[in-house]
Amino acid sequence: MAAPIPRALHPLAWWGWAVGLAVAASMTTNPLLLGLILGVIWFVVVARRTDAPWARAFRLYVILGLVVIGFRVLWHVLVGFKWGTIVILPLPEIALPEWAAGINLLGTVYLEGWLAALLLGLQLATLIIAIGGANALANPKRLLRSLPNALNEVGTAVVVAVSVAPQLAESVQRVLRARLLRGDAERGLRAVPRVALPVLQDTLDRSLLLAAAMESRGYGHRPPAEPGGRARRTSWLTGFLTLSGLLAVAFGMYGVLDPTRSRTPDKAWLPILTVVVGLAAAFAGMAIGGRQVRVTTYRPDPWRLPETVTVLTGVAAAAGMMISRADTPLLLVMPLQPIAAPGLPVAATLGILLAALPAFVTPPPPTGRIR
Amino acid sequence: MTGVAIDLRGVSVRYTGPPGVRPEPVLRDVDLSIEEGELVLVIGRTGSGKSTLLGALNGLVPHFTGGELTGSVRVHGRDTREYRPRDLADLVGVVGQDPLAGFVTDTVEEELAYGMEQLGLAPAVMRRRVEETLDLLGIADLRDAPLVELSGGQQQRVAIGSVMTAHPRVLVLDEPTSALDPTGAEEVLAAITRLVHDLAITVVIAEHRVERVLQYADRIVHVVDGRVESGPPTEQMLTSTIAPPVVELGRWAGWSPLPMSVRDAWRAGAALRHQLEEEALPAEPSSPLRTPERTEPSTLLAATGVTVRHGALVAVQKVDLSLRAGEVSALMGRNGAGKSTLLWALQGSGPVTDGRVRVGDADPRELSPSLRRRRIGLVPQTPGDLLYQSTVGEECAQADHESGSEPGTCRALLDRVVPGIPDEDHPRDLSEGQRLALVLAIQLTADPEVLLLDEPTRGLDYQGKAVLAEVLREVAGHGRAVLLTTHDVEFVAEAADRVLVMAGGEIVADGPTAAVVTASPAFAPQVAKALGHGLLTVADVRHRFGVVEA
Repeated sequence: MAAPIPRALHPLAWWGWAVGLAVAASMTTNPLLLGLILGVIWFVVVARRTDAPWARAFRLYVILGLVVIGFRVLWHVLVGFKWGTIVILPLPEIALPEWAAGINLLGTVYLEGWLAALLLGLQLATLIIAIGGANALANPKRLLRSLPNALNEVGTAVVVAVSVAPQLAESVQRVLRARLLRGDAERGLRAVPRVALPVLQDTLDRSLLLAAAMESRGYGHRPPAEPGGRARRTSWLTGFLTLSGLLAVAFGMYGVLDPTRSRTPDKAWLPILTVVVGLAAAFAGMAIGGRQVRVTTYRPDPWRLPETVTVLTGVAAAAGMMISRADTPLLLVMPLQPIAAPGLPVAATLGILLAALPAFVTPPPPTGRIR
Repeated sequence: MTGVAIDLRGVSVRYTGPPGVRPEPVLRDVDLSIEEGELVLVIGRTGSGKSTLLGALNGLVPHFTGGELTGSVRVHGRDTREYRPRDLADLVGVVGQDPLAGFVTDTVEEELAYGMEQLGLAPAVMRRRVEETLDLLGIADLRDAPLVELSGGQQQRVAIGSVMTAHPRVLVLDEPTSALDPTGAEEVLAAITRLVHDLAITVVIAEHRVERVLQYADRIVHVVDGRVESGPPTEQMLTSTIAPPVVELGRWAGWSPLPMSVRDAWRAGAALRHQLEEEALPAEPSSPLRTPERTEPSTLLAATGVTVRHGALVAVQKVDLSLRAGEVSALMGRNGAGKSTLLWALQGSGPVTDGRVRVGDADPRELSPSLRRRRIGLVPQTPGDLLYQSTVGEECAQADHESGSEPGTCRALLDRVVPGIPDEDHPRDLSEGQRLALVLAIQLTADPEVLLLDEPTRGLDYQGKAVLAEVLREVAGHGRAVLLTTHDVEFVAEAADRVLVMAGGEIVADGPTAAVVTASPAFAPQVAKALGHGLLTVADVRHRFGVVEA
């Protein structure tokens, strides 16, 4: 078999894959499973990332994950509820007044409670790193380009915000440096306007320049001779359908996820129906709105077999976890009372391992041409 | 039949002022018609209304900027009253001064396609046009390069390409080469002339560096205080207050027609060159400005082995440099050669990896910022970064306070550099030249022994540059040392005693201006190219022949 031609995978495929892994991670505190998920993400990212600026940001997500774990543990020691039997850090408890009952300020730290906090931190860190993985593998700006036409304007706003953010950081740096030239080494609150004013003015100037450039390059161009009344009616309908649809989806999801739902099995279909109707309304709104915008896409990312496989492996990870949760729910949590070695549920493990497949089945990313 | 591409009839533009005040119009009663396929150069002093005129061509004025436009602007029959800029995107391509600020996407190819996507062109058409444009502008090898990693000249060409993909009939460029080094500027101008000759596209360029564009122009539009005169270059240049050195040389020598390019001047100047050869006058020093001081000047700044690294990138590599009292030095070199980094390192506020800098008996890095600026001052590339007060008066008072000078020192300095800026003006409302003057005054308030300036000539018109040259001379005349970076060879020829050339983080040439700039065609000023014999400026020529006649 010939080696696949290098190309960038559709960004939505990577996001689907990452969301699948994130969903799987959100269902378990078993350190073996979480570790496996992290390993799979790491493996795929290393195999399929480019050296573009957004790909280099993966490290930042990993650091953020570590910070989250650190904070979770720190909070546990400071104010968390300490439970367990094995003492690892004897600290005096500080008595709090009546109204703050339930908060333990410091106090003896036990291994069991500490481990539980650590694993919850690890779970959150895994979620963050999964999103970071998607970000490193797929250019976020290209993802926005795959949005439906009706969301074109929202997408543009996000693109502008995304490009202004690094410029803002650069501005702050420049102005901070320039202050030294005036011999102004003042710190603290009094220094804020001296940095903020030039930076804000600079950012405003740049945004105006960008807006002018976009305007003169045809952004928001509409075909002529659209009767005003009809256009307004259409945009009203678009707004109504999209908004009510999304609201219905939100309420329906509450119903679907409600753990007490199983107690009223005769009405179990109601929230699901709400979600379906809501989705239909939202998509109809987008379709009508999308017809208004005549924007085409240059070299749209194709959706081929590797994309489908990638999303399916993500789904497999989530599904494996669900099967294990139904069969052997106890294996998904770390046994803490008493502390024992965590088990390895078969379905969940297989699902997660499947999610490593994209490292092999996807085409390699295009390498930058030598200039 | 030649068609009219752009037709302005009785156009006046007035921006909205504070309530109750009706400000002066920026443009008044402009009648102008530009034919298809013409390359029109718009010149005028800073603040004369050039940018407003350019903005009016695609309706950004008044649709985007606000204000009130009377009269009519028609581009290929479309009236900007009825068409918004976005509806003219397929007809008028506009490229702004700072290409990076106008980029919407990340890579070259996507940027070229952006405009077409907005116009809703079919994917197959987009694909073909992107390829055509990549070739047309010679940027095919950059197709998947991130935009931020391109050089200035490449960015400018991508910006031009990104509007060319919509196949406009008119291309409007605002200062396309002002920020570029000579090589980058040549790339961009070559691309523009190719568009004019191959596609017969109408091009309107506003440019301060008239000497770069004049030779390609079919017509000059001169904007003076909101009024417009237009005509063929040779006619307009007879009386224009804005004239490049070759034109001034031609006027001085009484050549007719006036030379528009170095080539014209070279051909017309045969007699002058002959005379120079005959007399075999001492080649240098020719100018009264450049007569070296007989007394041995003292060294004010000595740097040895200065190195600055950003990770793996070595921006400045083992630079040895000394600046002497009474000397104006110019630091030249490509964009990205490490000039700015070196200035910041010398001043002590920027990073330094290795090396030693002494100003007098002190290392500026070891001084506190407020003491440092009394020894060595720096005017950065974006002078506005230093300004944070709400009026010019407050800025000046703050500068006096920071330097511990007599109240009024800064204001007096500002009036000497550019007189007549009202105290109550907001610093952000000043023109580029005025803002530079304000920051220069603020930095001079501390009376530093060494003054560094990063690209001070950017955005200055000829008069602004002449004033700056005079001020720098004066500062040096008071026994100070001045070092500035610039791409402007003509300014260097006027103002600098000594030129240093930087490449790849190292100083590759260092010597008297005449010797260094005439050694390479890229850095030679127009007069040197046309006449040779160590003459750099029209003032040199006058001086030389003045002496001969006396």
